[in-house]
Amino acid sequence: MRALFLREIRLAGRIGGGALTGLLFFLAVITLVPFAVGPDLKLLARIGPAMLWTGALLSTLLGLDRLFQGEREDGSLDLLLLGEYPVALLVFVKALAHWVATGLPLVLATPVFGLMMNMEPAAIGAVMATLLVGTPAITFIGAMGAAVTVTLARGGLLIAILILPLVIPVLVFGVSAAYGAVEDPAPFWPPFMFLCAITLFFSVLGPLAAGFMLRHAAD
Amino acid sequence: MKLVVENLGVERGERRIIEGLAFEVSSGEALVITGPNGSGKSTMLKALAGYLRPSAGTITLLGGNGEKSVPEQCHYLAHSNALKLQLSVRENLEFWQHYLGMGEPVEAALEAVGLPGIGDIPAGYLSAGQKRRVAIARLIAAFRPVWLVDEPTAALDASSECRFAAIVERHLSNGGIVLAATHQPLGLEAARVLEMRALTAGLIK
Repeated sequence: MRALFLREIRLAGRIGGGALTGLLFFLAVITLVPFAVGPDLKLLARIGPAMLWTGALLSTLLGLDRLFQGEREDGSLDLLLLGEYPVALLVFVKALAHWVATGLPLVLATPVFGLMMNMEPAAIGAVMATLLVGTPAITFIGAMGAAVTVTLARGGLLIAILILPLVIPVLVFGVSAAYGAVEDPAPFWPPFMFLCAITLFFSVLGPLAAGFMLRHAAD
Repeated sequence: MKLVVENLGVERGERRIIEGLAFEVSSGEALVITGPNGSGKSTMLKALAGYLRPSAGTITLLGGNGEKSVPEQCHYLAHSNALKLQLSVRENLEFWQHYLGMGEPVEAALEAVGLPGIGDIPAGYLSAGQKRRVAIARLIAAFRPVWLVDEPTAALDASSECRFAAIVERHLSNGGIVLAATHQPLGLEAARVLEMRALTAGLIK
């Protein structure tokens, strides 16, 4: 399984890998926002956490359709299923590697993008923390969508639509925790804890469901 | 070691592809599966590898590793080569060695398919025949006792076919089992032949 993790990271970094794509898309979204809403610095700071979260969510969705489709196209998926590990573990490792290659860079780039949104340091820190615990949930949920659409040629958009209802709670709790850190009456910890719970929940359900789907994809 | 298939039946969708199939293959034996297109050769190999759930019958590997299921002791080589084109040939093979089980060293495996010294080249630079040979090299680089190969010599030239026959012979003499679905003669001496016929009345009523 360590070999699989390293292979995924390596593939993400090579030409055609997904590591840079998500980050560049994130950059494009966040760069556009100040131009779209105009030079009102207060407004930017106010919508900053929500924009960062939306951008991160869309960037994470971007590479997910290739999670299993690439493996299926070149026949690797068949061989991966012959391994001595439960399929759920295979999915978990692939999703984790996918997050390390595409989700973690988004978290690390947040301070830079936060400055572009005129956010104060506390807000940037809160957004980073919520993205760190929240984006893995998006990847695990996306793994389910990727497994369902693995046999479809153009499954990318379908994944986004399929999993959108499931990622909305992640977005809601993520953004409300980020606001809770800077705005006084709103609490930080309860939504943050909910976010952690969602991630833990889907880190189990996602691999199990996706594994089941992959096992039966050949039928 | 002995692979025993009893009364195997496989359905895909509403169609019965295989019915009442039974055979045994022992260590050191090769079974060449022939038959017209659509007679269920690939379907049978997929059922053995666990990708399709048999609707009837059993597949057992007597004398194998009791802790592992049959698919966990199988190698599967079908039409696609399962190579990541962005990675080098060595990275590809080393990954499968770690994932499927350690076999011969990568260099020795590449030597056996007549491609010595190409380990550092990205797999995407290889020709179709060379990719196929690297996929065959995986059979020996990563060890599994039972080989399920589907049209293994497609895209190979005559000398590579001979090399493949030699690789299979060596695996058999080490006590392995090979099941090959093919239209072409593989050049195997003493291989048994299983001829599949299409189930014309295969639709389930």
